[in-house]
Amino acid sequence: MTTATDPRLNSKIPEGPIADKWNNFKEDMKLVNPNNKRKFKIIVIGTGLAGASAAATLAELGYQVDAFTFHDSPRRAHSIAAQGGINAAKNYRGDGDSVHRLFYDTIKGGDFRSREGNVHRLAEVSVDIIDQMVAQGVPFAREYGGLLDNRSFGGAQVSRTFYARGQTGQQLLLGAYQQLARQVGLGGVNLYNRTELVDTVVVDGRCAGIVVRDLLTGELQSHAAHAVVLATGGYGNVFFLSTNAMQCNVTAAWRAHRKGAMFANPCYTQIHPTCIPQSDPTQSKLTLMSESLRNDGRVWVPLNPGDARPAAQIPENERDYVLERLYPSFGNLAPRDIASRAAKRAVDSGRGVGPLKNGVNLDFAAAIERLGKDVVQERYGNLFEMYERISGENPYDTPMRIYPATHYTMGGLWVDYELQTTVPGLYAAGEANFSDHGANRLGASALMQGLADGYFVLPYTIGNELAPLLNKPIPGTDHPAFKLAEQEARDRYSRYLGTNGKRSPDWFHRELGKIIWDNCGMERTEAGLNQALADLPPLYEEFQSDLRVTGGGDSINQTLEKAGRVDDFFQLGMLMCRDALERNESCGGHFRTEYQDDEGEAKRDDENFAHVAAWEWNGDPMSAIRNVEPLEFETVHLATRSYK
Amino acid sequence: MTASHGEHLTNLTLSVWRQKGPDAAGAFESYRIDSISDEASFLEMLDVLNEKLIDEGRDAVTFEHDCREGICGSCSLMIDGQAHGPQRGTATCQLHMRKFKSGANIVIEPWRATSFPIIKDLMVDRSAFDRIIESGGYITSQTGGAPDANLVPVPKPVADAAMDSAACIGCGACVAACPNGAANLFTAAKVAHLNLLPQGQAERYARAESMVETMDEYFGSCTNHGECEAACPKEISIDVIALMNKDYRKAKFANRKEIARS
Repeated sequence: MTTATDPRLNSKIPEGPIADKWNNFKEDMKLVNPNNKRKFKIIVIGTGLAGASAAATLAELGYQVDAFTFHDSPRRAHSIAAQGGINAAKNYRGDGDSVHRLFYDTIKGGDFRSREGNVHRLAEVSVDIIDQMVAQGVPFAREYGGLLDNRSFGGAQVSRTFYARGQTGQQLLLGAYQQLARQVGLGGVNLYNRTELVDTVVVDGRCAGIVVRDLLTGELQSHAAHAVVLATGGYGNVFFLSTNAMQCNVTAAWRAHRKGAMFANPCYTQIHPTCIPQSDPTQSKLTLMSESLRNDGRVWVPLNPGDARPAAQIPENERDYVLERLYPSFGNLAPRDIASRAAKRAVDSGRGVGPLKNGVNLDFAAAIERLGKDVVQERYGNLFEMYERISGENPYDTPMRIYPATHYTMGGLWVDYELQTTVPGLYAAGEANFSDHGANRLGASALMQGLADGYFVLPYTIGNELAPLLNKPIPGTDHPAFKLAEQEARDRYSRYLGTNGKRSPDWFHRELGKIIWDNCGMERTEAGLNQALADLPPLYEEFQSDLRVTGGGDSINQTLEKAGRVDDFFQLGMLMCRDALERNESCGGHFRTEYQDDEGEAKRDDENFAHVAAWEWNGDPMSAIRNVEPLEFETVHLATRSYK
Repeated sequence: MTASHGEHLTNLTLSVWRQKGPDAAGAFESYRIDSISDEASFLEMLDVLNEKLIDEGRDAVTFEHDCREGICGSCSLMIDGQAHGPQRGTATCQLHMRKFKSGANIVIEPWRATSFPIIKDLMVDRSAFDRIIESGGYITSQTGGAPDANLVPVPKPVADAAMDSAACIGCGACVAACPNGAANLFTAAKVAHLNLLPQGQAERYARAESMVETMDEYFGSCTNHGECEAACPKEISIDVIALMNKDYRKAKFANRKEIARS
């Protein structure tokens, strides 16, 4: 049940009108003298957009930075896979964009479940991000005159998305990685690759450091610091099948949660409408097709259930252009959650296409006729090739088949305006925090948020926190709390190796994912969530007693790594279902079938649920405590989200 | 174009390189895959193999992979002697079983290059690539100090050419395919990306010099075989090597003060 507001959940939103808050913060914040910055050690976990940009900028400022990645190189972080683009309120098109409009679109896109102050700051710094990335050499798409090109994206009526072909995430990450590499070369950052966080250490209520595991040797090592930043991404792989990279995991965030960092809105997960449908049972992951394709592709299914004719043989009057029909003003560019549900309902009504009848068409025939094949190829050529490689079908001739898949998680570690978790000294940035996207993220906003947090927010807010700690001692790695955390991690990994059961970590992951997808996926019901909460604990017990991990613990062992990650996914999965069950409303990506209007649209309950649910660890996920941060809307007017 | 859906390949034999550690002796081991859907990706076939090995209580085959969308550059398999296998312009993770035939014997090895030491089985250490980037593969631009993004126009053909080289995923196929184990395509792709752009001009020659010399510390020399271009999953053109050589030559032999003004 909802409990009273918790004083630990003070959002610390600065005073003043919305457009002045960030400036007011910067004017009032405490500073660390340039010569004193080197006296502070900051740890950054994760080297995606948020982590690499934070580590590089903090090192530029003069802090001692230790950066950690479980990959062999920072360049492999999953930010690299983002395709479509990055939003910024530059208004280079003169089509009416502004900071306020980007702010409003993001609040509305998030179904009025995010914090106004944070979102406005995001919109403000969005323009600086584009300047910064261009200066770093990111080869954004250009017009013939040499100026930057834009495209439009779901949930917006202006063209504010900057892009680098279908590889925007790659180019932005390489930009941030190069800045990080520069700092590694200059000695400003110590980079630990192939090293995974296994615990955070808290001493006297403050984050004192971390325990990591060297993946090549299995050795556990403690690192102490003045501040720790978790930029470790989202938890979409709890579903097993998702568009996340295979190694994406919740472990860093979850281990921090168990040490006191509250976990906010875990049930806010995003299902992306344009993924390639599953084609066979051994499939290990789903592939996203950029949402930018919806600029020129039209979503349709046959009007009649069971119509198995090839697309080309179905006449216009026997096609249902679902999104254009239901949402005439946004059409194929309706936001992700809305487009996804429309696709699910079309397939559920027996009108799915493809050999398994598990997709809807995304048809480029009209665009090819209007623009010519060359223009379509220029815009989407590499995406079309990727589709053909995976599906064996040529989208210039036959429509693509798409279906929704888990893609992004809006929930994450609770943070205040300064991106600090409920554990002082511990920060969360990028997808790992919950802060900016409410219950649904708009396309091209993840890259924006990761870089905003890393380049333009943390470098200010961390200084504000550290300034009063100058010349005060911090606990060293010989402190008993570090030794205890190391011992617990050692025991945990020994247990995985010593269980000697019958099932692989992947087997358990698949079973877990099926329960979560069926009951806490695109549509959720009270009965389904209760079923999941009844099924998960026994499966987790089986995981603990029947796990089989082959190989040893003192050299690289991917099966062992996977076991640790699946363990944490189990616990998170239970919390997700509890959060979804307690939130008796539909909003954004959280759709409870009990709460919908006559036309099947999400029905929010602003009276009872205009708040953030921040879960507090209490020994196990089934007994976690739900705390509440009320959301106050001073600038925008709470409205029913309509894209009709 | 019609695709066959739901066909199965049968009786595959995999010869997989197994090596316990960097200093251990390695050898091929044979495994059978009785049946696999032609819709499965090559790495999903290895997932199936690994589940089977774990069921039998044996060590899974270690191989690197992550995004499985051909963009992170983690995957790195020599398949039947070809880096990333038989399909041109395709990383291992995007290769699908429909490219193979029933009854095939498929040989799977790690990248073979002195500068990429084997860590275990099919996993190698490619961190020498990071050393090259750290030595100059960036544009120095302090956060917060950037001018408006549209202040300097970049002609579209220049932006497009820079993007063509920036598409490099850092997988190392170029090195693995090269008879000399040279990293010229990787290094030149980054040099070309940054040296073509107006923003990269200030450090152009220093960058070329320092990246080439770092590359030479770790990797073999280029003798224009062109195997790198054929193996590159992003089909980056060998032309970038000419551009890098030109800038390196200029950096070494021309009057530095003079070229700084050009």
